[in-house]
Amino acid sequence: MKYLHLVWASLFRRKTRTVLTLVSIIAAFLLFGLLDAVRSSFNQAGQSANGAARLQTGSKLSFIQTLPLSLQGQIERVDGVKLVTHANWFGGAYQDPHNQVFSFAVAPNYLDMYPEVAVTEAERKAFAATRTGALVGEQLAKRFGWKIGDRVPLQSTIFPDRQGSKNWAFDVVGILHASDKKTGGFFDQMFLLNWKYFDDTTPYNQGQVGWYVTRVTDVNQADRVAKAIDALSANSDHETRTQTEQAATASWMKQLADIGLIVGSIMGAVFFTLLLLSGNTMMQAVRERTSEIAVLKTIGFSSRSVLAMVLAESVLLLVLGGVVGLALASAIIPAVSSGSGGMLNLPTVGKDSWLLGLGLMALIGVLVGALPAWNAMRLNIVDALAGR
Amino acid sequence: MGKLIEIRDLSKVYERGKQKVEVLHHIDLEVAEGDFLALMGPSGSGKTTLLNLIGGLDLPSGGSISVGGQRIDQLGAAALAKWRAAKVGFVFQFYNLMPMLSAQRNVELPLLLTKLSAGERRKRAAVALQLVGLADRAAHKPSELSGGQQQRVSIARAIVSDPALLVCDEPTGDLDRQSAEDVLGLLRALNRDHGKTVVMVTHDPKAAEYANQTLHLDKGTLAEQVAA
Repeated sequence: MKYLHLVWASLFRRKTRTVLTLVSIIAAFLLFGLLDAVRSSFNQAGQSANGAARLQTGSKLSFIQTLPLSLQGQIERVDGVKLVTHANWFGGAYQDPHNQVFSFAVAPNYLDMYPEVAVTEAERKAFAATRTGALVGEQLAKRFGWKIGDRVPLQSTIFPDRQGSKNWAFDVVGILHASDKKTGGFFDQMFLLNWKYFDDTTPYNQGQVGWYVTRVTDVNQADRVAKAIDALSANSDHETRTQTEQAATASWMKQLADIGLIVGSIMGAVFFTLLLLSGNTMMQAVRERTSEIAVLKTIGFSSRSVLAMVLAESVLLLVLGGVVGLALASAIIPAVSSGSGGMLNLPTVGKDSWLLGLGLMALIGVLVGALPAWNAMRLNIVDALAGR
Repeated sequence: MGKLIEIRDLSKVYERGKQKVEVLHHIDLEVAEGDFLALMGPSGSGKTTLLNLIGGLDLPSGGSISVGGQRIDQLGAAALAKWRAAKVGFVFQFYNLMPMLSAQRNVELPLLLTKLSAGERRKRAAVALQLVGLADRAAHKPSELSGGQQQRVSIARAIVSDPALLVCDEPTGDLDRQSAEDVLGLLRALNRDHGKTVVMVTHDPKAAEYANQTLHLDKGTLAEQVAA
């Protein structure tokens, strides 16, 4: 610690160069913080204690293929099944096609399957009693300024009514609240409508179901139950694929994009560039201090001390920039989430991201400082003082 | 007075590519404790090489060097660094101060290698600066000081850990006459009043007049000894 002022002073010997390098490091770690939040957000989807006990059954062919409603009764009779519900994707947009709403047509018992979604008993009753009723997530309601009693027009991107119009109207009868914002933030974005109303109104459905959700009596039996459900439709024209909610969510996300690969590739390129950039800075910084390093060694600093000081300087450079970058990401993420009106529900930079980030800062710092530190350690005092 | 430096049959050969250059040939030299020795000679005569060997910055190719009874030619790199930190103060022609540190911090540098507390380091550096007459410039950076002042800071740095030996390589080579005389006066005071042994390389006969004795080197051999 007693060398800290010396390391600090050496780091800021050329202020402009150091500040420019710091800006690059800040930008890299800001990007890391934001992208890691996106990756975490995708990874957390479907990961909850309740989710572990839920199975999703969809078409084996594609998630846009539907299944017959008659399958529900058969699934209910599978040993180990506690509860079965179903839903369809509605694909609604509000006012503008860009205002996509996560809207689902759901069976009356759908919310029994999701205890992590809070809704009052009176609102549930109103939903069951109102054919055109809708339950709206609190973030979604906040985003568009909806409240109970409002009549909300939605345009389905897929389903027309019997007159051929894709314009639908729903009455908001209740507000949904996710009790666990970390893993259930998605529920705050949902728009639920009655499956019966949906099925009666569009000629395109005719008793078909998008997917089934099953609660098992014993989590440890989930795999066996999933196989038994899929066996019901084996060799039929509607073969199914049943997975845990987490696997189904991951599979669905993967059909959108392999977020882990994208984030990894971007960060790999960013950190590689950072390695070259800050490596060059450190090489220059040490080269122009050759005579100063020679003086330190002359007055008795050991070669190891010199090596440690140069390494400390490069790690300090990375840690300074990295911590500021991650702190900025922590500050920006809530603003991005609220600025998106709840469309993006990114988790803030968590402990794991901080630990990974700090590890990367130390690793890059050591890599960047290794060569100049080695050169400084091996510096010959007489040659350096003579300017050779 | 006892002997502080004892050099026997010292030689130094540098290898420059495939070429071997013998810079010092069989030097024998004794410097008494409290002496002020000036080394003179033309460029390339081996003055700085001899000074570097006395200061433990380089190792000889042959012969022996004892300083304060310690055979420094037998020490490894780490032990030699420790020895330099404790026993020798260095003064260079171009001061070689850390440009980003204040005068006070520059003077404190050798004390970072000791177990002294931060407060004690500050106190000793302040005393050293006072001794060279720059107590009021402690907070200034080298770029804010004149050449003479910078050299006095470097002398403060050289004496702050209270070494017995000061090795000075052309300490006035970059100074005007007045500043040079101030610096030489300071070195003489350190020699006379504080008992420091000074070995100084110089081209300047006026600077050599401050020494007790002057030795001339020519082509790596001690040519002449002049007592003051």
